Amino acid sequence: MSFLKSTLRNRSFMIGASFAALFIGAALLSYLWTPFDVTKLDIPHKLRKPNAVHWFGTDHFGRDIFSMIMVGARTSIAVAVVAVGIGIILGVPLGLTAAARKDSLLDEVIMRTNDLVFAFPALLIAIMITAVFGPSAINAIIAIGIFNIPVFARMTRGAALSLWTRDFVLSARVAGKTAPRISIEHILPNILNLLIVQGSIQFSLGILAEAGLSYVGLGAQPPLPSWGRMLAESQTMISFAPHLAIFPGIAIVFTVLGLNLMGDGLRDLLDPRLRQARK
Amino acid sequence: MLRYSLKRLLSLGLSLLAASAVIFLTIEIVPGDPASYMLGINAQADTVAALREELGLNVSAFERYISWVGGMLTGDFGTSYTYRTPVVDMIGDRIMISLPLAIYALSLSTLIAFPAGILAASKRGSVTDVSIMGATQVGVAIPNFWFAMLLVVVFSINLRWFSAGGFPGWDKGLIVGLKALTLPAISLALPQASILARVMRSALIDTMNEDFVRTARAKGLSKRQAMWRHALRNAMIPVLTIIGLQFSFLIAGAIIIENVFFLPGLGRLVFQSISQRDLIVVESVVMLLVFAVVIVTFIVDLTYAAVDPRLRGRS
Repeated sequence: MSFLKSTLRNRSFMIGASFAALFIGAALLSYLWTPFDVTKLDIPHKLRKPNAVHWFGTDHFGRDIFSMIMVGARTSIAVAVVAVGIGIILGVPLGLTAAARKDSLLDEVIMRTNDLVFAFPALLIAIMITAVFGPSAINAIIAIGIFNIPVFARMTRGAALSLWTRDFVLSARVAGKTAPRISIEHILPNILNLLIVQGSIQFSLGILAEAGLSYVGLGAQPPLPSWGRMLAESQTMISFAPHLAIFPGIAIVFTVLGLNLMGDGLRDLLDPRLRQARK
Repeated sequence: MLRYSLKRLLSLGLSLLAASAVIFLTIEIVPGDPASYMLGINAQADTVAALREELGLNVSAFERYISWVGGMLTGDFGTSYTYRTPVVDMIGDRIMISLPLAIYALSLSTLIAFPAGILAASKRGSVTDVSIMGATQVGVAIPNFWFAMLLVVVFSINLRWFSAGGFPGWDKGLIVGLKALTLPAISLALPQASILARVMRSALIDTMNEDFVRTARAKGLSKRQAMWRHALRNAMIPVLTIIGLQFSFLIAGAIIIENVFFLPGLGRLVFQSISQRDLIVVESVVMLLVFAVVIVTFIVDLTYAAVDPRLRGRS
């Protein structure tokens, strides 16, 4: 109950969660309803400024920008969620294994491979994948996902290493539990808080990365609406139709800002030291 | 220090070797025969054979890899299939835009971030601190290419202070060149500056709580004096690390920003090469950018160890 109270009192978390919920809600709602059909072209009403019918105006094909932002939220959120999922599913076991076998050859191999992957920014991974397989939202997911693996592996290893010296882990070892079992039963539950916070940070970075990749044509392809591509398409028309660029940009900023604030709030709420310091 | 440097140098060499293998495998081996891939599915068999001959694909993949790596070590990056010019010349021309852009952006972000971070830390909890931190939260959330577009609308289209894109060339003078890179550099610097200011603030606050600062205060130094004389230098260690870590984001950002401003840098080159299936250029540019990231990490590690001797033993 006190946790719920402190959650509701945490301004950063509440503002961030509201922004994030707004866009996640819009993305989910777009599966059932959008004000206009985003695949339907309406040339007579092209490049309309924001008005009572088209709240955010229309693009060069007469499509409703508000509806496109709703559907675009799906792409951004789906890419970021799956990319974070890849990072967690592959990175966390690697980090746990490296920590359990600290200073062994396996630890060295895992961490050096992580360093290697870390030298490739997500955009360079996307460039290589696109050079071979062509651009698509799937490739964007793979690129951002691969970039997330060393992030989660490093974080998990660092957090797990300090836990391996704690008494409750030593007791488990004395009781005869194997390293993988200790990792799953004792280490993992204790680093879950950190994973949730890091997950929210990587989620917001994923939204930004997806927008960037789609902007340069390496991410979602037409007809799949995407915030990044909406911005790319608006670029040549920005002087006479700035609304084409303003609304998708604001959507990205609010979503990322919301997730970052939520991450900050979660860190405060889930880290006992910070909670103590606040008191 | 020498032993640590040599160890790090060996690790750097191995990282680059592994990175080159990954890039070569991904770009040249995965799609199958590079000649068929470049010419597309409708290519004639004899055309493919001629291209295979020209690209030196008649030897094994391992020999090709050794020749590619060996070539790069001696400054020979191969010949672009599309333009029929040495790749090293193409990269050389473009790097004269991308590198100054990255340095310009890094300088700007440091110039903005340091005073902002120091000011926020020294006025912790005040309206100034809250405002600076609020601004940095927004700065981190703004996609740099969108910010770049907004800058173009304001400063190029409305105020007409800067050109909306393109690069006149350094032969037109340093000022003209820098002016063309100003909007791209500002848009690249924004997120970097926001992150750096936040790190600077928290590092400074942490250091101000250390015993040695308390001792300095006890000896009669004012808060301001203790901060400038003792805390700031120590707070630079994490800031330096973040500058190094951010470099890969700067490289990626520069690639995107070059596309917003139609700057003929490495980013534009790599996208043109992808659309023209010029794989030799793609793999060389990617290798060069990875090289830049690894070298910067190496330099930061060495500087870090030079500043903090405790780290030398932890390699």
